[in-house]
Amino acid sequence: MPFLELHNVSKRYGSTEVLRDVNLSIEEGEFVAIVGYSGAGKTTLISMIASLLKPDSGTVKLRGEIITEPSPERGIVFQNYSLLPWLNVAENVALAVDQVFPTWSAEQRRAQVDKYLAMVNLTPARGKLPRELSGGMRQRVSVARALAAEPKILLLDEPLGALDALTRATLQDEIVRIWEQDRRTVVLITNDVDEGIMTAGRIIPLSAGPGATLGPSVAVDIARPRERKALNSDPAFKRVRKDVIEYLLGPGGRQKTVVKRKLTLPDLLPEDLNEPRTLFGAKRTARRRSEEKLEAVEVA
Amino acid sequence: MKSFKFDYIILPFVGIALCIAIWAIIAGKPITKVSIDDFGDKVTKTVRVGLSEDLPSPTEAWAASKLYVTQPLAKRGELDQGMLRFTWLSLKLVVQGYAIALLIGTPIGFMLGLSPAFAKMFDPIIQILRPVSPLAWLPLGMVLFLSAKFTVPGMGEYTASDLAAIFTIAVCSMWPTVLNTAVGVRAVPQDFLNVAKVLKLSRSKTLFKVLLPATLPYMFTGFRLSLGIAWLVIVAAEMLTGRPGVGGFLWQQYNALSYSHIILCILTIGVVGYVLDRLMSVVERRFKTI
Ligand SMILES: Nc1ncnc2c1ncn2[C@@H]1O[C@H](COP(=O)(O)OP(=O)(O)O)[C@@H](O)[C@H]1O
Ligand SMILES: [Mg+2]
Repeated sequence: MPFLELHNVSKRYGSTEVLRDVNLSIEEGEFVAIVGYSGAGKTTLISMIASLLKPDSGTVKLRGEIITEPSPERGIVFQNYSLLPWLNVAENVALAVDQVFPTWSAEQRRAQVDKYLAMVNLTPARGKLPRELSGGMRQRVSVARALAAEPKILLLDEPLGALDALTRATLQDEIVRIWEQDRRTVVLITNDVDEGIMTAGRIIPLSAGPGATLGPSVAVDIARPRERKALNSDPAFKRVRKDVIEYLLGPGGRQKTVVKRKLTLPDLLPEDLNEPRTLFGAKRTARRRSEEKLEAVEVA
Repeated sequence: MKSFKFDYIILPFVGIALCIAIWAIIAGKPITKVSIDDFGDKVTKTVRVGLSEDLPSPTEAWAASKLYVTQPLAKRGELDQGMLRFTWLSLKLVVQGYAIALLIGTPIGFMLGLSPAFAKMFDPIIQILRPVSPLAWLPLGMVLFLSAKFTVPGMGEYTASDLAAIFTIAVCSMWPTVLNTAVGVRAVPQDFLNVAKVLKLSRSKTLFKVLLPATLPYMFTGFRLSLGIAWLVIVAAEMLTGRPGVGGFLWQQYNALSYSHIILCILTIGVVGYVLDRLMSVVERRFKTI
């Protein structure tokens, strides 16, 4: 039985179907990266795994049981950090710890906060407010908050999307290092194939929307620690990247659809001048017939 | 205009001086005419001339008001007290009405922001009641508390007119708090609520740990606007109830044809309102959590 399983999950906003028949199956302890275009529906997908959104159809199962309510056992790191700006770093993490371990003593909870702040190298910043931190530091607080609740599965929604390339690389290594400590299940959402290759055990491409769905997964059978420098030369790296990108540009690429729509054209016949004019001009007017035409428009 | 050193100190004084000059020009001046009447007696007659002959000039106004400013804490009679004493009486009343406005207005604002059904139910009524003038509320307050009279330990005795004044201040100054709180609650980012949901915060924890802090800046903007209105209403409330205070004094002096004191009251009200607004904006900035 898979640890996390999505079966034929679909989601629409209004009239546009964002996700169609998404199937996903993840084993316990796996590190899976989902790579897709921006706007494809990655956040929508991970929100449904976190039960922040309800799928319109299909089911989300954790350990075989259908889940419908959010829970700290599915820890999520939001795309825009979502730290509470009026709480300092330690308080943000403590909010999660206090909530998840209400029976612990104050010292135990404090130790838990300190442990995870140390894990993301933020001990010196524990008293700072989020607005005093750099983007990378905020993201690490967000990761610490999610981890400190000791979730069964960690959901990361483009956690490094807003960071510069150097910080990104450092944090990728950090995420892998943390994952290797206890091999918790991780789902990483990203729009960067290389980020997936550096971190994940398996990459699943998400096709372009609307009606996005997951493509065939590509295993990243490369021993850890992975060498960033080898990214451009190692054939194993290159093969994974080629497989993912080929799907995203080919079958999973932006679809061209043809929309047919009816056009009603004005079709006027000239006035009949033989008709006598009346006082209100009611009789002599232009005559219309309606004519319908079909137009085909190619939509990217 | 080019800026120069200390212009931020000097220019305001230039502005004030200009206003006083205009005031002096349109104010009336006493002119004494001496004439010989039919019996050969000398008659002196003093008339006022000017654009607005009964308006006292700045020096006259100051001479007449000096007593109230230089002895700000004197009490010569119910409606004859120093300016600070009047201000204190007015402020006491304003604070009571304002406190009630906040205590009632904030929860209403939260409910409006949180429950679309509640908003649909009460938004029309609020929009209708909001523009009603204090002059219209006061008589209703009088009727409401017609036979009420009680003593609060430590606060003294409350008569119908006290209660009507407090009621009017509360009702009129409540709306900015209500509306700003509602807007603030609706503007709480969905991400913060998602954090609360994922952590399974209880309803009350979500309210006090997420919603309230996220709404605070909006609430304090509402509080500041409400205080401004509460102070605005005091004059109307005191005028109609005849309570001692800046507004009551103003009205009494108008009836006594003591025009200098009206100007004194207007300036006092303006200065106190300005100081209150500054104080509140300091508090407001302190609570900028986002
Ligand atoms: N609350 C919403 N209402 C309507 N449309 C939405 C909403 N949230 C997202 N969408 C649309 O759904 C699509 C997928 O959004 P999202 O899941 O955020 O994409 P991604 O995270 O992959 O960039 C986008 O086209 C977006 O405009
Ligand atoms: Mg997204």
